[in-house]
Amino acid sequence: MKLRYISILLLLSSASCAGNPSALDPAGPGAKEVASLTWVFLGVSLGVYLLTLAVFFWSVRRGAGAARNADEIDLNVPPERGKSIIIGAALIATVGVLTVLVGFSYWTDRALTGIGGKPAVEIEVTAHRWWWEIRYRDPAESRGFVTANELHVPLNEPVKITLNSADVIHSFWVPNITGKRDIIPGRTQEIIVKVDRPGSWIGRCSEYCGLQHANMAFRVVAEPRAAFDAWRDAQAQPSRTPTTSEEVRGQQVFSEASCVLCHVIRGSPAAGYSATAPDLTHLKSRSTIAAGAFPNHKGYLAGWVADAPNLKPGVLMPVNMLPPADFQALIAYLETLK
Amino acid sequence: MSAKLDVRHLRDYDLNGGMPIWLGTLAFMIIEGSGFAMAIAAYLYLQSQNPDWPLGPKLPDPMLGGVLALFLLVTEIPNQWIKRRIRAFNLKNVRIGLLLMSAIGLAALAFRAFEFGFLNIRWDTNAFGSIVWALIFLHTTHVIVDVVETWIMTAMMFIGPVDARRFGDLIENAEYWDFVVFTWLPVYFFIYWAPRWLAH
Amino acid sequence: MSAAQQPVYDTDMPASALPEALCRTWNPHTGLWNWLTSVDHKSIALRYMVTAFAFLILGGILALAMRLQLAQPELRLLSPDIYNQFFTMHGTTMMFLFAVPVMEAVAIYLVPLMVGARIIAFPRLNAFSYWVYLFGGCMIWVAFFVNAGPDAGWFSYVPLAGPEYGAGKRSDLWAQLITFTEISALAVAVEIVVTVFRMRAPGMGLNRIPVFVWAMLVTSFSIIFAMPSVVVGSSMLISDRLLATHFFNPAEGGDALLWQHLFWFFGHPEVYIIFIPAVGMASMIVETAARRPLFGYPLVVLSLISIGFLSFGLWVHHMFAAGLPRMGNSFFSASSMAIAIPTGAQIFCWIATWWDGRLRITTSVLFVIGFMILFVLGGLSGIMIASVPFDLQATDTYFIVGHIHYVLLGGAVAPLLGAVYHWFPKFTGRTLSERLGAWNYWLYLLGANLTFAPMLILGLRGMTRRIFTYPPGFGWADLNLIATIGSFVLGLSFLIFLINVARALTLPRVCAANPWDAPTLEWATASPPPPYNFAFTPLAESRWPLWSNRSGALPYATGLRTDRKEIIITTAVEAQAVLRDIAPAPTIWPLLAAIVTTGMLVGSIYTPSALVYGAIPVGLALVGWLYPRKAEAELPSQEEKSA
Repeated sequence: MKLRYISILLLLSSASCAGNPSALDPAGPGAKEVASLTWVFLGVSLGVYLLTLAVFFWSVRRGAGAARNADEIDLNVPPERGKSIIIGAALIATVGVLTVLVGFSYWTDRALTGIGGKPAVEIEVTAHRWWWEIRYRDPAESRGFVTANELHVPLNEPVKITLNSADVIHSFWVPNITGKRDIIPGRTQEIIVKVDRPGSWIGRCSEYCGLQHANMAFRVVAEPRAAFDAWRDAQAQPSRTPTTSEEVRGQQVFSEASCVLCHVIRGSPAAGYSATAPDLTHLKSRSTIAAGAFPNHKGYLAGWVADAPNLKPGVLMPVNMLPPADFQALIAYLETLK
Repeated sequence: MSAKLDVRHLRDYDLNGGMPIWLGTLAFMIIEGSGFAMAIAAYLYLQSQNPDWPLGPKLPDPMLGGVLALFLLVTEIPNQWIKRRIRAFNLKNVRIGLLLMSAIGLAALAFRAFEFGFLNIRWDTNAFGSIVWALIFLHTTHVIVDVVETWIMTAMMFIGPVDARRFGDLIENAEYWDFVVFTWLPVYFFIYWAPRWLAH
Repeated sequence: MSAAQQPVYDTDMPASALPEALCRTWNPHTGLWNWLTSVDHKSIALRYMVTAFAFLILGGILALAMRLQLAQPELRLLSPDIYNQFFTMHGTTMMFLFAVPVMEAVAIYLVPLMVGARIIAFPRLNAFSYWVYLFGGCMIWVAFFVNAGPDAGWFSYVPLAGPEYGAGKRSDLWAQLITFTEISALAVAVEIVVTVFRMRAPGMGLNRIPVFVWAMLVTSFSIIFAMPSVVVGSSMLISDRLLATHFFNPAEGGDALLWQHLFWFFGHPEVYIIFIPAVGMASMIVETAARRPLFGYPLVVLSLISIGFLSFGLWVHHMFAAGLPRMGNSFFSASSMAIAIPTGAQIFCWIATWWDGRLRITTSVLFVIGFMILFVLGGLSGIMIASVPFDLQATDTYFIVGHIHYVLLGGAVAPLLGAVYHWFPKFTGRTLSERLGAWNYWLYLLGANLTFAPMLILGLRGMTRRIFTYPPGFGWADLNLIATIGSFVLGLSFLIFLINVARALTLPRVCAANPWDAPTLEWATASPPPPYNFAFTPLAESRWPLWSNRSGALPYATGLRTDRKEIIITTAVEAQAVLRDIAPAPTIWPLLAAIVTTGMLVGSIYTPSALVYGAIPVGLALVGWLYPRKAEAELPSQEEKSA
């Protein structure tokens, strides 16, 4: 019976640990250090908890089982030196355990700062309500680019991420990779991360930032160097020229309608800098839209463009009032932006 | 039950801090003092976050604030005098002293009113302006409350009813003035001199 | 100038006539007027308790609604805006309108009785503090019902709550609620400090005061030093929003982190302000239940004081993710772990007390056991988040939600419920049902674990806080469903508690003075106590007056007048009787002052000139309150003057 109980517990806990997102399923040295720390602390805590409760319940049993007359008061208790010594020892043991724990914590902290080295890639992240502006700079102007809600990093190389906020406090957190860092307006934060398992790791905003704080996710895609370089080169390219007449019409609609007031598509008539909304140059290269709210498929995309405020109340993107043919053309064009 | 202590002979007034109200007033001063301390801590924090502190364009002019500081320190002379008269239950001198402290309070308020014009910065210009105004505002509320309380106490000692316990109230009023005087000194420093001496 | 009537002393009449004479002086009014003008600390404390529990129910209903919304992914029970108001109101109500006031309520009732006093210090201020608390709580809940509830979290970070992003008056109402509750809490803190230092029974030296009184003394000092920080901060917030100041505006030299420092410098002591009274109550229950003195009284007292001090050195652990310098973070990490030491010391003393005690297991004792099970778990999760690297993964996730509720439900609410079961006979003259109490307890234990254990896991699985929904496919749904079920079990537990209380109040008032045979002075008078608490002020001969003197007749002091409300004033350390003081008669002025204060504070949310104009009626009300009506003491004679 007890064995079954324990095995269920183990199954539950192991099932609960793996995953994306999960801080206990590390994909990089940052999260790995903390995961080890977690198990140590968890083990010690569990041990202390069980020991304390055991002693406590023992004293309850002793007290409750006392055969003496419960109405008598024992005021003249003899000096209980034995108990004082034991409590003193327990306090010393507590100090000892805490010292060990805090030492281990400091050691992990130091190890985390060691995950540095000269960063191979530098990414600038600007947090907005409620999406992530991702900027890759390059000494060659033409190789720099802006994207949104998804960043790619090469495996096993340190990446420096600078964090800024365009409005309120946000927080950058990818549980499988590293601990979080709050993004505070008026300050620039810098973190260095390293990923050693390939995958599309889920990140979430972790500081309450208003109506759609729940729907402000992003992805960190870790891939081999070659794939990363290929992605980077592709992103630096201007957008594809539309081919079919519907797509051409769609590009026209985009630059004539309100879209162009907030969104940028490099290499189209809607070029130029705008920080109000995500860069759409390579919209279809991303796995999700609306900051991780929906998969990047045509149906979801059309629904989002048609009525973003209904899907994500509070967003600045207005309801779309285009006539149906123009709307279809627009979607057809957007679908080409790989 | 057995009677073991008779308290009939104990007095029902005290002018040396024995009564609860004295301790309560002290606790109030500690609370307000903590408020001042937090505001000063906020000043120092904002300074530490701004390499170009103080944020201009002009610094507050220390002249009138300094005059007020000296004036307040001088008023400690009549304030200590009136405390001695209070402890002697000398109603006549206490009334004179209260009229004097009432006039002093009025003068202090006038000084303070003019002093706002010497700050050379508005509360909504920048964070430096905001914290400077916060500090002076905090102190001003105490000046106003103390002066109004003094006026009411003065009226009370003329109109009555007067008994030994009222003299206890007067001691607290006088000690509140001590608080107003002595809290002005660090606040004055942080408004006028810290921007010049403590800044980078 | 001199008192015209002939003074009447308590020894001027036979002992049987004394209670009636005292009642006429101490409780002259009846009915609604009595209730509105009362300055009796017991009456006010009961109001505080009822109001606080009402806010607990309201906050709990919000929690149940949120749990329903989160039971499964992408539910649409609550819109994002409503949800954000719900979680803000839940936290704000629980922290400011329930947890602190309810602990204060128990203190207001018990501290004067425990130290042998007839009344709390500054009784009119006590009444005023209740009305201010009530009106502030009503203000924010009315705002909530008209969709103007605050929505920036109970901690109201800027810039989200600031002028640029915090639309409407929502955050102003929140900030002003802080002012209401802080005025109330600070007033009570001052009353308790003065009661404990000046109004103890003669002979009750500091080493003889009950542990709960020590706990409230430490708590009161914490309130005095911590609350000014949040008052300064919330005033700066209203000022940024209303007057265009720039305290938190980085574009003009301000700093968003200034808010966090000011808030958490208060916020961390705040949770100990909630916790310390609860462990004080638990220590009293442990002692009475064990039928022997608490082991290690000096250590317990020292621990309480240490916790009070240490709690001021922890606040940055709420800001570990903000990118502050590592050295500072490391210090706060160590101090956050260190506070476990005095906390543990108290628990060790309880164990040592029960080790050789003769334990009578009542519902109160069950809740102390519940404290151990729930709080120690919560505290250990606290040790984990004291570590900076771990905290950087766990902060702002459901791990924290799990942690805070374990320590609050285990460390504060469980002892509080135990305290209600323990002192209910004293408050009302009736006893709560032990059978219902057992149901209350077991459902509480089950509900708390079902609700909050999954959250510890969810946090490490990436579930962030303050989200109105979450996507499917993350593996969060099952754990959330369990938590929701648990929350309803917890709700059921509280329902049973309320039923228990309601049922008990229908019973006749037949309780004895000391049904548990407890040692301290509150049990030396009737259940419930008369308005004057003690006909004759008892003299304290030991730490356990009713155990060291089993004769049924405690020694007492005589010589107080019965024609006015007289009390004995004693020295701070040795409690020697040195003065007499006169407690005020019932009066309507505290209520009037609270009304005009409310007007001034609510008005100043809308316009700064309300502070100026509103101050005038407040000043007038204070004059009405404080201005003496008649001469009470004589002017001293010449001999007395020179003495």
